[in-house]
Formats: sequence, C-alpha cells, structure tokens
Amino acid sequence: MAQKSVTYSDSGKVRRVIVVGGGLAGLTTVIKLCEAGVAVDLFSLVPVKRSHSVCAQGGINASVNTKGEGDSPQVHLEETVYGGDFLANQSPVKGMADAAPGIVFMLDRMGVPFNRTPEGLLDFRRFGGTLFHRTAFAGATTGQQLLYALDEQVRRYETLEVEDDKGVVIRGERMVRKFEFWDFLSVVQDDGGIVRGIVAQDLKSMQVRAFPGDCVCLATGGPGIIFGRSTNSVINTGTAASAVYQQGACYANGEFIQVHPTAIPGADKLRLISESVRGEGGRVWVPRDPKEGRAGAEVPEGDRDYFLEEKYPGYGNLVPRDIASRELFKKCFHEKRGVYNPKSSKNENEVYLDVSHLPADMLKKKLAGVLETYEKFVGEDPYTSPMRVFPAVHYSMGGLWVDFERTSDGSLVKGSPRNQATNLEGLYAAGECDYQYHGANRLGANSLLSCIYAGLVTGPAMASYRKNVARSAWDFPASLFEKAEKRERAKYESILKMNGDENPYVLHEELGRTMLEGCTVERHNDELTKVIAKIDELSERAKKIGVTDTSSRANQGAQFVRHLNNMLVVARVIAQGANNRDESRGAHFKPAFKERDDKNWLRSTLALHAGGDGASLPTVTYVRALDYSLCGKAIHATDDVDISLVKPRARRYEQAGAASTVAVAKPSVPAAKAGATKGESSQSAE
Amino acid sequence: MERTVRLKIRRQDAADKPETRRWEEFSVPWQPQMNVISALMHIQRNPVTADGTTVAPIVWEMSCLEEVCGACTMLVNGRVRQSCTALVDQIAPGGEVITLEPMTKFPLVRDLVVDRSRMFEDLKRVKAWVNLDGSHELGPGPRQSQENQEEAYPLSRCMTCGCCLEACPQVNPRSTFIGPAAINQVRLFNLHPSGKMHAAERLEALMDEGGVDGCGKAQNCVEVCPKEIPLVDSIAQVSRQTTKHMLFGWLLK
Ligand SMILES: Cc1cc2nc3c(=O)[nH]c(=O)nc-3n(C[C@H](O)[C@H](O)[C@H](O)COP(=O)(O)OP(=O)(O)OC[C@H]3O[C@@H](n4cnc5c(N)ncnc54)[C@H](O)[C@@H]3O)c2cc1C
Ligand code: SF4
Ligand code: SF4
Ligand code: FES
Repeated sequence: MAQKSVTYSDSGKVRRVIVVGGGLAGLTTVIKLCEAGVAVDLFSLVPVKRSHSVCAQGGINASVNTKGEGDSPQVHLEETVYGGDFLANQSPVKGMADAAPGIVFMLDRMGVPFNRTPEGLLDFRRFGGTLFHRTAFAGATTGQQLLYALDEQVRRYETLEVEDDKGVVIRGERMVRKFEFWDFLSVVQDDGGIVRGIVAQDLKSMQVRAFPGDCVCLATGGPGIIFGRSTNSVINTGTAASAVYQQGACYANGEFIQVHPTAIPGADKLRLISESVRGEGGRVWVPRDPKEGRAGAEVPEGDRDYFLEEKYPGYGNLVPRDIASRELFKKCFHEKRGVYNPKSSKNENEVYLDVSHLPADMLKKKLAGVLETYEKFVGEDPYTSPMRVFPAVHYSMGGLWVDFERTSDGSLVKGSPRNQATNLEGLYAAGECDYQYHGANRLGANSLLSCIYAGLVTGPAMASYRKNVARSAWDFPASLFEKAEKRERAKYESILKMNGDENPYVLHEELGRTMLEGCTVERHNDELTKVIAKIDELSERAKKIGVTDTSSRANQGAQFVRHLNNMLVVARVIAQGANNRDESRGAHFKPAFKERDDKNWLRSTLALHAGGDGASLPTVTYVRALDYSLCGKAIHATDDVDISLVKPRARRYEQAGAASTVAVAKPSVPAAKAGATKGESSQSAE
Repeated sequence: MERTVRLKIRRQDAADKPETRRWEEFSVPWQPQMNVISALMHIQRNPVTADGTTVAPIVWEMSCLEEVCGACTMLVNGRVRQSCTALVDQIAPGGEVITLEPMTKFPLVRDLVVDRSRMFEDLKRVKAWVNLDGSHELGPGPRQSQENQEEAYPLSRCMTCGCCLEACPQVNPRSTFIGPAAINQVRLFNLHPSGKMHAAERLEALMDEGGVDGCGKAQNCVEVCPKEIPLVDSIAQVSRQTTKHMLFGWLLK
C-alpha cells in the first residue's frame, strides 16, 4: 500500500528525495522532480555551477533538420546505434533521438545563447559519425551554457516553497535544498536492502551525516581520473558510482572507455580540442616525410598526408572517435610518423590538427573558446599555425547498470519506475555514470543529450516510484540512519589514523600510468594481466598510506584516500572486463581478436562486487542475469542487448552514408570537402 | 642544476584559527608548460617545505583545469586570477618566487579556499533566470537575431569566479554593494526575449541598497575578468534601465 499523502510521511514529515550530482543529468532530474511537486535535496562535490559539464565544448545533437538535408530522429537513432557498434539498448536510444529536438528547444527557451542562422533559427554544425548538420552549439562552450541554464532553473526552485497535497504552501520548506561541497559516501539501506537515504560528508567541516530520502538518484558523472590525466575535470574520480557498486549495484560495460583523438598533452591535464573543430572543417594530417624539419605552417599541401580523409573518404576527419584514435595511435606508435621535433631528433606523439585554412571570422564566432584554450596553454596561434594534438581518455560508455521499460513500438514507457532504476531498489542513476545510451562507442555531442534525456526520464521515474513506496524513508527509525552514519564515520576516522609511508597522490599517479599504458586504445591480454596485478599491488599499498593532514577543516588529503580506494575498485572492473572480452567492438580493440564477435559478445558486461572486506582484496563477479525487485515486483534482467530496431551489421566508415540505411536525401556537404573552404589546392591530397 | 619553481604560499588552518596564519615556501621541479596547479599537485605528492619540514598538503579548489569552472581563483603574485591558467613561464620567467594567497573579499575556509556562496545568493536576489512555464515540449523558442546572440553569449560566460568582486573597491566589509557579476546577469536576462518580460523585478532588486548605484566606476572589474565580459557597459546599461524604470516604471504598471 502506498503512503497516505504524497507530501507528508505518515509521521508528518515533509517527504523529500535525494539527487547526488548537479551536472546536466542531475539538474534535469531535479527540475523534473520539482515539476512533479517532489521536494529535493541536491548534493554536489562542488557548487553545481562548477560541475564537469561546463567543460563540454562542441554541442548537443538533435535531428531538427533545418538545413534541408533529410535528417530525422530515425537517422539519429540508426547512426548512434551503428556508431556504438550495436552494444547500446535500442529502445532508450530511440527515446533519446525522438526527444532530442524538444530538448534543444527547451534549452533555447531557458535562454541558452545558441548560435543562430541569418533567419534567427538555431544553427547546427557537423560532428563525428554522421554526414548531417545535427549539432546545436553555443560558441565553443556549449556545456557551460547548458549547465548554466539548468542551474538557473534549479536556483529558481531553491527560492520556491513546497505545496502540500491541497496546494497550501508549507512556509520555509524549499523545493530544492542544496548541499554543495558535500561528498557522497554511501546509500543507506534498510534490512531488505531498499535504499532509504544517503550518508555524505561536508567537505568544509568534515562532518559525516545521514540524510533520509524516499529515493536517491546518482548523477555523479564519469570516472576519467582513474586514468590519471584525461580530458576530465579533476573531480571525476567516479567515487560515488564505485561506492554503490561496492554496496551491490551492478556496473555494466566498464571496459568501454572512450579515447578522444584530439587533446593537448599537458602535465596536469590533457585538454580537449573539441571534435567541433573538425566539424567546422579542421583537418588532421602528418608530414609525408617522417623527418620533416619545417614548421607545420610551412609544409606545402603536397607534402601533407591527410590520412583520415585518404583512408575514409566517406566520413573523412569525422569518423567516430574510436576509429580516429586508433589511426592516430598507429601513425605515432607503429609507423613513428608523429610530428618530427628537430630539437630532440624524435618523432613526437603528436599529429597536426589544422584550421589555419579556414576564415578567421568564422572561427572566432564558432570556435573561439577552444582555440583560446590552445593558445593559452600552448602559446601558439591556431589561426595561423596547425595545432599539435594526441589522443586522451575522455568518456566512459560504461557505468551503473540501469533498467528500462519498453513500449511495443520500441520506445520507453513514460513515467515507468523501471526507467533508469539500478538493481538496488530505490536507487536511480543518470548521466555519464549510467551505461545506457552509447554502447561500445559514443558519438560526439550525444552525451550532453543523453545526460539531459536521462534526467527527463529519471525525474518522472522517481516520482512514480515515490508514489508507490509503501513506507516513506522519513518514517524509518533514526537508528537506521545513525547506524549508517556511524559506519561511515568510523571509516573516515580510520583514514585519519593511517600512518604508513605511502603517499596517496603517488599511488594515483602509478594507477593512472598503468591504466593509460595497458588499458586504452590497444589492449593485449598479457598486458591486461599485468595491469590487474598492478591494481592488486596498489590496493595493498593503499593500506599503508600515511596521512599527513589530520585537520578537521577541509581535509582534502583524507578525502582523496577514499576516492583513491574507490578508483582502484572500478579500475579493476574496467581492466578485468577488457581482459575477458576477447573481441574488438567500438572503443574496445584487441589486435589479437580483431573482429567483432556477435555470437559470443553481443551482450552487456554485468559486474558485481565481491570481497574487499578486511584482509581480502576486492574481486569482480561477472553475471549473465540480474534479479531485483521494484515496488513489490520481482524483475529479471539479462545481459541481452535490445536490438529490436536496427539489426546488427558490419561497421565500416569508408563509404559515405554507411551508418544509416534510411538517410533519404544526400546531405549538402560531402565529408571530404568540408575542409576545403580556402582554395581548391587543399583537395589535392584526396 | 635542475630548474626549480619557487612558491610562497599563504596558509591558515581555519577561519577561527588566525594564530595559524603563516607563509610556507616550497621548491618544486620545473616542467614544460607548467601551471600553478601542477606545482600545487607536486606538493601534494611531496608535501615538504623548502626547509625540509613535512606539512599537510595545500588546500585549494579546482575542477576543470581549463578556466571554465571558476573554482581555482586566488591571488597569484598579488593579482586575482585562475591558477589553472597561470603558466609558470609567464608569471615567473626568471625563476622569481610565485606567491599564492586566498581572495580577501570572501570569508576564508582554509589555506587558499574561501567561501563564495554570497555570489550564488546574489543570483537569487536578482532572479537571474528565465521564468519557464515548464520543461514539457512547447516547440521552438523565440527567434533571435545573430546580433542578439552575439551580445548575449559573452555576457553569459560568467563563471562566478569572483575576480571582479575581489578587484572592486566598492565591495568591502563596510558596503553592501552587490558587485558587477550579478549586475551583468541582469543585463543578460533583460536582453532575452522571454527574460525581458520580468525585467522590472530584476531592476527593482538593484534599486535597493547595495544595488547598481553602489558602483564607483573604478573599472577595476573589467581589467580582471578572465572572460573579458564588458562589465562597465553592463553596469551602465542596467543603470540606465533602472533610472528609466524609476521614472516611468509606475506608469507602465
Ligand atoms: C572536455 C570535454 C568536452 C566535452 N564535450 C562534449 C560535447 O561537446 N558534447 C557532448 O555531448 N559531450 C561532451 N562531453 C561529455 C560530457 O561533457 C559529459 O559526459 C557530461 O557533461 C556528463 O554530465 P553528468 O551530468 O553526467 O555529470 P557531471 O557534469 O560530471 O556532473 C557530476 C556531478 O556529480 C557531482 N559528484 C560527483 N561525485 C560526487 C560525490 N561523491 N558526492 C557528491 N557529488 C558528486 C559533481 O559535483 C557534479 O555536480 C565532453 C567531455 C569533456 C571532458
Ligand atoms: S566599475 Fe563599479 S563594479 Fe567595477 S570595479 Fe569599479 S566600482 Fe566596482
Ligand atoms: S564577471 Fe568575470 S570576473 Fe566577475 S565573476 Fe564573472 S567571470 Fe568572474
Ligand atoms: S580549475 Fe576551473 S577555472 Fe581553474
């Protein structure tokens, strides 16, 4: 039986739910919950306006088809599935592609300053894996602009008060309460394993505290920092997803890590040069002569090898990221043809990404933000000389396993509590921390979309779950929460007491190097075995850390020890998953198993946590099916991929249009020509 | 000899522990294209001062590392800026000592971390949002000219970093002046076709004490804004809007 009131618990407390994470996914979830009248406590490591989503540069996909190219949500669905090498569940992808135009319109209404056409319509640009202009953008800081728009709407809800079932305002009870600078530690589960709240730590006062919530959503982003340096924000340690995984949530497709082909190498971070640069006509090349001594700008057209355009005439510089990264990797590591450095007499691991042939005023209007970053950090002018870039870890396709309920025509059932539900009853996941929308490889500009779509789905799912919940978290005895709080406080205090001689930041550096070298673009089973052994070694050494900071204010060192331990756990899921999967699919590439193997591996990897208490090191159990319960119903889910809408076929990008069978009209700008705005000479290499 | 980078860092364990206020000096190996953050990260891995004392690692805020989140703002050599884009070779080309201090216009938390929550509160005060009917599908938004977009976009890149408040002489413990960042947001939302419909509420919030009149036109804010937002223009525009609203607003009601 459900609760008597949707506003109040039976004991008279205002029923609230919890969202952890205030990136695009979390904020959208909050907005949807508020619209359904559900009050929310929102937690974030940083003020939500500083969430990692600010980093997104290029744009967000929606098949609005304002360029008369014949684009449609159906083509978007097909290209996303094909780009993901058929590992994504197709019903959620269809839901997302269908919703995309509405999402971009909603963002526009919120005030996102999207670039415009002369008629005042939204402008769209090209991105990887498609021939269509499908990507809406706001300069080259699209993620920032979308995040701000959602943040503003959530701020508005912070000023509004909750209304009860009859519409009477409850004075002083805000729709949204923000807990910024709080670190999520774990979920609170009742005796039946149902999630009833969370434990979090205030990163200023270091207070550990439990919070009841009728249900909880994790929207905590990706785990890129496991790889040490990446294109991600430093807060992206994936700690929250790891924590609930250790509490029994299933982690799916962990081995699918996207490496972006074009980033600036750096000591602290590998800064992204967005795919939009190629979408607007940027070209990738290396000198034909491996010992080319001239600076990039001085190398004449005929001496340049535009290797992507040559090998993939159909999609050219806009082949999907996994393919582009492998080609760059091959040029630099196998052929040793990276840009030659006369000073060191070495071929550096760098290729050219060139926009210097494009009109400067167009670049300023559409790409200023990215080019500015290059100029700031490298000190060279990308308007006149080609940029030097190399691949970097960028995005995790894998994440917490979440369910969905499918309609007969292959979309999602609106408001079903199963949508975005993890296998821990009462826990939802949305955004980069879920595994749902991108299969084995994500197409550019599909992540901002999937994050917002997941939020639009999760909010209503949580609202219906909450309606059906038999006993509100707010009616559970305080002892349930005190127990969880005590457990977490003890863990924190034991970190403060660590007095070994290992430094957590040094261990992290070693973890990053290990993962980068052994578990990214090319994977070999013998190396992966070593990676796993190294993770074991680091996990042992992590028990002997010495904590030099025992302060009770803003203790970042002790917090980092916790994040490191959680990173080690997920690193194992990634490495072991990669070791097991003996095939090549999307971002997961094994030279010893070059082909995709649908017979054995057209399935999701489902990982469950085991061990890791006291003396034993954690281990991963891979399962073929999951049984969980939701609102009193037993649910059985398997690792089968939903391929009900697009039948798997071989994935090849040599030929234009290969990614979709329904593309009716031929897009106006063929891929290979997109770069050739200035002078026909630039065509000579093709 | 190995090239090193020398840092002098202002530390304090907590706001209520003024007795712990001190300078600490560090020396870290130089790396190509190094920024202040990589130097601080090095200290995390080896938290030992120049005179050989092991200390707690420095506490500071950071996230994006590419000057788009605003987290890492501090005083670098006395000038307020983001530490992630403070490149060592540019700020200390001859190996000079680099000083790092927390911002002074916000309450201190610890070391280089301050509490900027007032800036987010100010955004509530000026209602820096579009009053959306809902997130449900309502079709395309209002058409906007390219010029409109080109005016709005630079204004909306404000990352609430606080540089402008730090530099503004009118923002100080004796004044309630809201500061340039929030005023700029008023201009931004009063420019949007739907945002405009609620312009009056935003202007009224700035007509009270601590509002737009608090600006002394010193222009320091523009000089330090990392996003080169035309703050003085924004203040002038909003000031004109409030004057107009004060004179004629009641007529239009
Ligand atoms: C440089 C870069 C450029 C990109 N460009 C594009 C692009 O152009 N188009 C595109 O579609 N995608 C792009 N992406 C991908 C996209 O930006 C991300 O996948 C997306 O923003 C993730 O959003 P999110 O809401 O899932 O999480 P995030 O934005 O990462 O937010 C996570 C939230 O969770 C909080 N959090 C995390 N852990 C905890 C914890 N333990 N306790 C409390 N709170 C916690 C954080 O504080 C934060 O608020 C880009 C990614 C990068 C790195
Ligand atoms: S112009 Fe106004 S807001 Fe800017 S620094 Fe001067 S007084 Fe402050
Ligand atoms: S206006 Fe500029 S200086 Fe002020 S907070 Fe915004 S970005 Fe920072
Ligand atoms: S870390 Fe984001 S601005 Fe410097």
